[in-house]
Amino acid sequence: MTMLANIADIVRENWLLLLIGQYPNGPVGGIVATLMLSALGIGLAFPLGVVLALASLSPWRALRWPVFALIYLARGIPLLLIILWVYFLLPVLIGRNVPGFVTMLVTLSIYQAAFISEIVRSGIQALPRGQMDAARALGHSHLSAMRWVVLPQALFNTIPSILSQFVSTIKDTTLGYVINVPELTFAAGQINNRLLTKPFEVYAILAVAYFIVCWTLTWFAHELERRIAASRTNVTAAGGASLSPARAATAEV
Amino acid sequence: MSGFDIMAILANPEFSRMLVHGVRMTLTVFAGSWLLAMSLAITLLALRMLPGRLTEGFVAAYISYHRNVPTLVQLMFWYFGIASLLPPGLQIWLADHNSEAVFAVIALGLCQAAYFSEDLRSGLRAVPKGQWEASRALGHSYVGAMRWVLMPQAARNAGPAIVNHTVSLFKNSSLAMAIGVSELTHVVKEIESRTFRAFESYLIATLIYLVCTLLLMAVGAWFERRNREMRAAS
Repeated sequence: MTMLANIADIVRENWLLLLIGQYPNGPVGGIVATLMLSALGIGLAFPLGVVLALASLSPWRALRWPVFALIYLARGIPLLLIILWVYFLLPVLIGRNVPGFVTMLVTLSIYQAAFISEIVRSGIQALPRGQMDAARALGHSHLSAMRWVVLPQALFNTIPSILSQFVSTIKDTTLGYVINVPELTFAAGQINNRLLTKPFEVYAILAVAYFIVCWTLTWFAHELERRIAASRTNVTAAGGASLSPARAATAEV
Repeated sequence: MSGFDIMAILANPEFSRMLVHGVRMTLTVFAGSWLLAMSLAITLLALRMLPGRLTEGFVAAYISYHRNVPTLVQLMFWYFGIASLLPPGLQIWLADHNSEAVFAVIALGLCQAAYFSEDLRSGLRAVPKGQWEASRALGHSYVGAMRWVLMPQAARNAGPAIVNHTVSLFKNSSLAMAIGVSELTHVVKEIESRTFRAFESYLIATLIYLVCTLLLMAVGAWFERRNREMRAAS
């Protein structure tokens, strides 16, 4: 019971630091920085991922290969090492110092773009070929058929996966800790350094905070997925169109 | 700092010894946590199949916690949090026996068990129900049917997902540097701070990680191809 009382005390005394860090006396930190970093990261990674997906589906090898190389690098190198690379290379490339927040944002955008491009690519490939053929037959060019017919459907179907990528990104922001990005884990580290005697309580609070955020978003992603799957089966049942994309999507899971 | 010179690190006896030590530590943490994760995953799967809501609720909570809390936070929780609750005698003993690595193996293993267990479960669910009924009709006991008929097929179905998560586990072993385990990433960061050769040190680590993860992925692809052939043949 004393442990619960301790936890309540720590939360009562430090909730502002956990929420926004040292703002307005310093940079925004805490859970707000974590969410900002993840939202901006996915916001930048998404358009980049779509472009990469289109490049990976293009008929030209010169466009496809760099994308595959990027995907293999993102899948094969620990994120922590990629952070160290960006931390070292970014200031060299642009010629001035970069705050940790920006380093982390650049890393997460590139890293997540590689995974999002795979999601978008499989979303495009899961659509029946007839969509592209019909659009071409109606006089669209390849790019315009992509833009107006294929992508709107494919991207809609990938929304749940993008949302779960967002959850992964929230979890990935914790690695900013090693380059001192002021976010939630960093705030907990500061509290722990000040109190010194209550590491169990501090890190339990940290774990619960992440759990609440990520669990809620994961639940929301599942709910969206269910609705999208349901709306698709309704459409196909009414229109009598092919069932294959919905089947393919569920079989993959 | 002068121009690119990777031999300044590789030819230096001290740095090369540190690198070998780092690779060995990475492999140890990886192998230890993989074994822990796989045995726990099988236990969780067995628990989940027991009748009764209590065990099922426990397993669901276990998986939910480990999938929704960042791995780094789980590591810190074990290393800083749970370690502080242990009796002082055990704390001293652990400190003498590389407690960082011990807690890294425990935290990574417990975390990955959640993923492995879900992989195995969906592999098991993909086995047609007739397999179970047929093996019971042929006189297998519950455990015998599981052991000889269902699990081999479930493991085959779960293969690709297990390989993917094995690759993630290998990459996640680098998180152990945050609690002070002297694995590969930790070692190259130290070499970098002593030589100021960031490019060379990170390049060495990148190549080592890439060789290992690409090898794991190749094993996975080979495994998948063999399964496809076996299924086509049967």
